[in-house]
Amino acid sequence: MGEVLLEVKDLKKYFETPKGLLHAVDGVSFTIEKGKTLGIVGESGCGKSTTGRAILRLHEPTSGQVLFQGKDVTKFKGKELREMRKDMQIIFQDPYSSLDPRMTVNQLIREPIVTNKLLTDKNDIEKRVLELMETVGLAERLYNTYPHELDGGRRQRIGIARALAVNPKFIVCDEPVSALDVSIQAQVLNLLKELQQKLDLTYIFITHNLSVVYYFADDIAVMYLGELVEKAPAEELFAHPVHPYTQALLSAIPNPDLDVKKERILLKGEISSPINPPDRCRFAKRCNYACEDCMSKAPKLVEISPNHFVSCHHPLV
Amino acid sequence: MKFLKKETSSDGRSRYVKKSKLQEVWHQFKKNKGAVVGLIVLILIFVLAVAASFIYDFKTDICMLSRNGRLLTPCLEHPFGTDHMGRSVLARVLYGARYSLLIGFVVVGISTGVGTLLGALAGYYGGKVETIIMRTVEIFLMIPNTLLGIVFVAVFGISLTNLMLALGLSTVPHFARNARSSVMTVRGNEYVEAAKALGVSDFKIIMKHILPNALSPILVQATTRVASAIISAATFSFLGLGVPSPLPEWGAMLSDARPYMRDYPHLIVFPGLAIMITVLAINLVGDGLRDALDPKLKR
Amino acid sequence: MKHNEKIDNAEDIVLDIQDLAIRYVTDDATTYAVNHINLRLKRQGTLGLVGETGAGKTTTVLSILNLIPDPPGVIDSGKILVNGRDVHKLSPKELSEMRGKEVAMIFQDPMTSLNPVMTVGDQIAESIMLHEGLSKQDAYKKAKETLETVGISGERAGDYPHQFSGGMKQRVVIAIALACHPNILIADEPTTALDVTIQAQVLELMKKLKEDYKTSTIMITHDLGIVAEICDEVAVMYAGQIVEQGTLREVFKNTKHPYTEGLFNSLPNMNDRNSKLTPIRGLTPDPTIIYPGCTFAERCPYATERCHTEKPQQKWINENHMVACGRYDEPDFHIERR
Repeated sequence: MGEVLLEVKDLKKYFETPKGLLHAVDGVSFTIEKGKTLGIVGESGCGKSTTGRAILRLHEPTSGQVLFQGKDVTKFKGKELREMRKDMQIIFQDPYSSLDPRMTVNQLIREPIVTNKLLTDKNDIEKRVLELMETVGLAERLYNTYPHELDGGRRQRIGIARALAVNPKFIVCDEPVSALDVSIQAQVLNLLKELQQKLDLTYIFITHNLSVVYYFADDIAVMYLGELVEKAPAEELFAHPVHPYTQALLSAIPNPDLDVKKERILLKGEISSPINPPDRCRFAKRCNYACEDCMSKAPKLVEISPNHFVSCHHPLV
Repeated sequence: MKFLKKETSSDGRSRYVKKSKLQEVWHQFKKNKGAVVGLIVLILIFVLAVAASFIYDFKTDICMLSRNGRLLTPCLEHPFGTDHMGRSVLARVLYGARYSLLIGFVVVGISTGVGTLLGALAGYYGGKVETIIMRTVEIFLMIPNTLLGIVFVAVFGISLTNLMLALGLSTVPHFARNARSSVMTVRGNEYVEAAKALGVSDFKIIMKHILPNALSPILVQATTRVASAIISAATFSFLGLGVPSPLPEWGAMLSDARPYMRDYPHLIVFPGLAIMITVLAINLVGDGLRDALDPKLKR
Repeated sequence: MKHNEKIDNAEDIVLDIQDLAIRYVTDDATTYAVNHINLRLKRQGTLGLVGETGAGKTTTVLSILNLIPDPPGVIDSGKILVNGRDVHKLSPKELSEMRGKEVAMIFQDPMTSLNPVMTVGDQIAESIMLHEGLSKQDAYKKAKETLETVGISGERAGDYPHQFSGGMKQRVVIAIALACHPNILIADEPTTALDVTIQAQVLELMKKLKEDYKTSTIMITHDLGIVAEICDEVAVMYAGQIVEQGTLREVFKNTKHPYTEGLFNSLPNMNDRNSKLTPIRGLTPDPTIIYPGCTFAERCPYATERCHTEKPQQKWINENHMVACGRYDEPDFHIERR
């Protein structure tokens, strides 16, 4: 096993709502090794984005620990927090709303450098901006353009350049290609992979697109209603999914290959409310295999084979 | 990328330079003919207001009893006629423009400044800060503007400064509300979160990322409020609570002309027209600005 | 244009778009959205219209209902025959009868295509009352039945849209579209806003209803997986033109156009995790410019000098497969699918 860069222990994030306590992330634990990618998949409202943001403290975690290089990030204040922002970065889903429309490409990429006082000399800053633009594949002639003049793929490259500007060790990629067309999506995925190798980056890759995560991640964690239901190396998870939800999710991917005919598992109903969830298996109501146990007590995450974790009373081995 | 022109930087490489935001707004603004006419008229009024002090002497022409004939109807020598003290109405109307414009812009300056600040704080921080600011603002919203202004002037005395303060402060609530809602819309954008993730401080986020993006609706509201401030000032002066005599504020002129207006209608027609034209011009500019600043109307 | 005999039988064509060209004219520029396309929909067939953002898919289908906003939309040429009648020659009354009754549309976002202040039952009944002349009670009763067919209990007809989840709302939208038994259904990215497992449910439902209602469907999507799942014919659009068209198997297994190939190669390969993605280089062309040659030439790995100067002709390789690529004039030219 390689060196562990990030360890998340029993992370919880609850939101107060008029109807009650919304359990967005409810006791999630995992580790990521340096230089690897953990993919987090799940459907809308499963808490995958909130997990990413709670790790970076863009949402204050309700409880739990986030150990980055052995230090608990959730305890950081002031200077430590600012220092941590340089090590841990995020790339956002929507390249349309995550860039200030009033700033040019140059100003956008410059902002993290100036804010964190990484460089002070004007010429050095300009050189660094141009260097970053080259790294992410933005032509120099776009230096003074505004994001609304550029297409989604180029905007996402600006977002990536901004994240890279502070020389981070770890980046949360929150659905970085979901808003992009297929052909552009492939360009950005290739870029992210290249950068990972070149700069020895560690990623959390959050997505709802299972074929993308299969291609991109080393390990995959599946989330459902704020909980981690299964986690395994990508190949293992796709070859031997054992949680009923993972199986249904995998079978639901529309496959463009006409020769592969797959049995589709249809789930009953839709995701239930994350507000004050009862203490039982949260998937039980939609599960085709649910029994009394599932309705009365919550399963625990157990390791059923090396590095393959599942949280289910009756895993389908 | 129509607005692009090429620039060659010091090291000989070429880059595109974008028209500034201002140029782009101007490009959109120009398309609205009414707004352009309004702007021209407004500039003209400014020029006349400035020119008036070179043509006329404040003491002899504007304030003091004149040797001209009293209550003359418009004639060659006095195109707008003279008033009950023999002063040229033209001179007073031209000179009065500076009071109306001054009042309009200072009043809006006060209410936009204070209102935007309060609204931005409420909108950005939310929670308790928001509750305290917005509830206070709502209490003031319940009292009619005019009443609020009258009370203020009654307590602090009649003067130009007090009039402007009264009118400015009484419209603060409207601006605070507007600013809060536009700040809240902008705050929801991911780039605010992105800035936070890069370690930018709250103060900088408000000043650099939120306010500039929330400014369009505030600016549009401010423009139209200039017009209503001019009207309110005229109303106050007409009621004798505004600009004191003998200053030739348009409302005050109307007030002065009250005893004579049945027989000498020119005394109210010209200052009245002046108010109307100014307000119309400002409103036209405001409309044009709203269209030019609204990205959704851009095509 | 050459077609096979089956298509030539006019009885079997419910929708025929001929030489359609649409542009949007604004003060700043003219955008050429759809550039002379031909498209036919067979009775009870399902045609997948595939392409990326800005390819002109939505403009094409909006024109079928004569819903192109004018201004800025200008229809330069073309004829659209719905069940043999020219849409552009219909009176406003005939048009509104056609919309909903003959041709119905499902929009991408179920959150915004329902009226939030009307109950879903009333919204379904509204269209029934308009087109079938039923009384309010009868229409409402029929609305309830329609709800049942899309898998929602009839008792929920009195509920408002916000009381439904995303997938349920899209079912309601489908119910509204199907309420008057249209024979042409246009679905504009109907599952893009939905989660995978919900998407699977909705696709399954659409497949079933297609059989039950005997509708002919045009399915707009950017997801080749969905096309494989539900369509029997495919048209690939690029920059306002149809570059490849044919039966599902022909286009997917015997791909001819370099752009279609590029789309497939951009997808992660589910059989081989370690294969690198091969994106299409460059960006989609500026739609305000008319290119002298092939619009894809800039990005095409096979492009020759001639591709930049000469417009490719539509070429029917066999009776089920059309490709618009200039290089197929060369007898031994072929592309390489990964």
